[in-house]
Amino acid sequence: MNPLTDLPSTRAAGCPFDPPPELAAIREEAPIRRFRFPDGHLGWLVTGHELARAVAADHTRFSSRYELMHYPLADLGPMPPAPVGDLTGIDAPEHTRYRKLLAGKFTVRRMNQLAERVEEITAEHLDAMGRLGPPADLVSAFAQPVPALVICELLGVPYADRETFQRHAVALSGIGATVEEQSAAFGALQDYLRRLVEAKRATPGDDVLGDLAGSDLSDEELAGIGAFLLGAGLDTTANMIALGAFALFTWPEQVEALLADPARGVEELLRYLTIAHTGARSAVEDVELGGVRIAAGESVALSMQAANRDPARFADPDRLDLRREATGHLAFGHGVHQCLGQQLARIELRIALPALFRRLPDLRLAVPAAEVPMRDGMDVYGVHRLPVRWG
Amino acid sequence: MRIVADRERCVGAGMCALLAAEVFDQAEEDGLVTVLLPEPGPAAEAAVRRAVRTCPSGALGLA
Repeated sequence: MNPLTDLPSTRAAGCPFDPPPELAAIREEAPIRRFRFPDGHLGWLVTGHELARAVAADHTRFSSRYELMHYPLADLGPMPPAPVGDLTGIDAPEHTRYRKLLAGKFTVRRMNQLAERVEEITAEHLDAMGRLGPPADLVSAFAQPVPALVICELLGVPYADRETFQRHAVALSGIGATVEEQSAAFGALQDYLRRLVEAKRATPGDDVLGDLAGSDLSDEELAGIGAFLLGAGLDTTANMIALGAFALFTWPEQVEALLADPARGVEELLRYLTIAHTGARSAVEDVELGGVRIAAGESVALSMQAANRDPARFADPDRLDLRREATGHLAFGHGVHQCLGQQLARIELRIALPALFRRLPDLRLAVPAAEVPMRDGMDVYGVHRLPVRWG
Repeated sequence: MRIVADRERCVGAGMCALLAAEVFDQAEEDGLVTVLLPEPGPAAEAAVRRAVRTCPSGALGLA
């Protein structure tokens, strides 16, 4: 079998919610196969659920360090090491130290305690959207600001700073921003967070950064963790809200199931849409897996979107069915790097999406579906804008 | 059915507390697994098995 030279990245016309169609054939032929990365590196592509899960779970033989990795989506040249505070691109023991410091701030119980505030923030934004529209752009009116404000409160960003903070955060999230704008926003956020860290050291509060200010983290680590938590949390939840709404416009008969059981419905939306569609690891020793031998130093691309449509794991996987039991999906990854903020994302999605369809039952697209600008080619999939109307 | 939980492996993702809240919790300070019912009854078995299967770090087992 010749190495695959292009990771399929083009979705079929009229199917913005499905992975590129070639991935299904690749998975059926070989759930792990040779893949020539865009920078020329000869590694592997995993498309099967069981194998993707196995690689992600095996953090002793597969490293997450960026500098050991080849990037599966584009030729970016050699990857730099993870910036300080970035938990995704590091291994134990550094990762373990950060993760154990942070895990207690994102527990199921603590996130459940945020529900009331998330409901208030959601309602405020629906009120504002109702006053200004129809029509509206659901991304800028709702999907972006709701998670941005929630993370502000959680991290402990002073109310007066929220607007500046949110502007940088939105630019950082990449929705409608150029790479240069994102990079400038990242710098501005770093400066901002450094000042915030100074303030937190002086007067610690009971929010996440205030809490961490009492730990043994350095100022640089604390600022880096703040930037990382934002970057990881904003883009993802904002895109899940907007893309989730778009999917529900497409299958309106599923809205009833979402309203009846938001927890179950949200898991299925997470599985079906898998916006963090592709991950990667790098073998640090030779590994026998799925009938192949992965050599030390080879990178492995993990197609989470293909894995979450694997018929060996999910029956009738290409059907969106909010009544199904979708637990076990890989939308938040798997292994020790599984999304730290996943319980926050769940709370936000379980509140924001049902509230949207309860408040505006006839909410619908204001343009033909084919005209919605999709985030093709980006790390996190979704929509740039979602023009909607109601009434 | 007896639950074995390895706090060294646990990363505090919270899947067990999400899927079987009557059996698992997360410690307030570090978010790591706390087993509320080490020997849950048959009513909880399906949820416990799902939690064990879903645990991202492989910190849970059944003895």
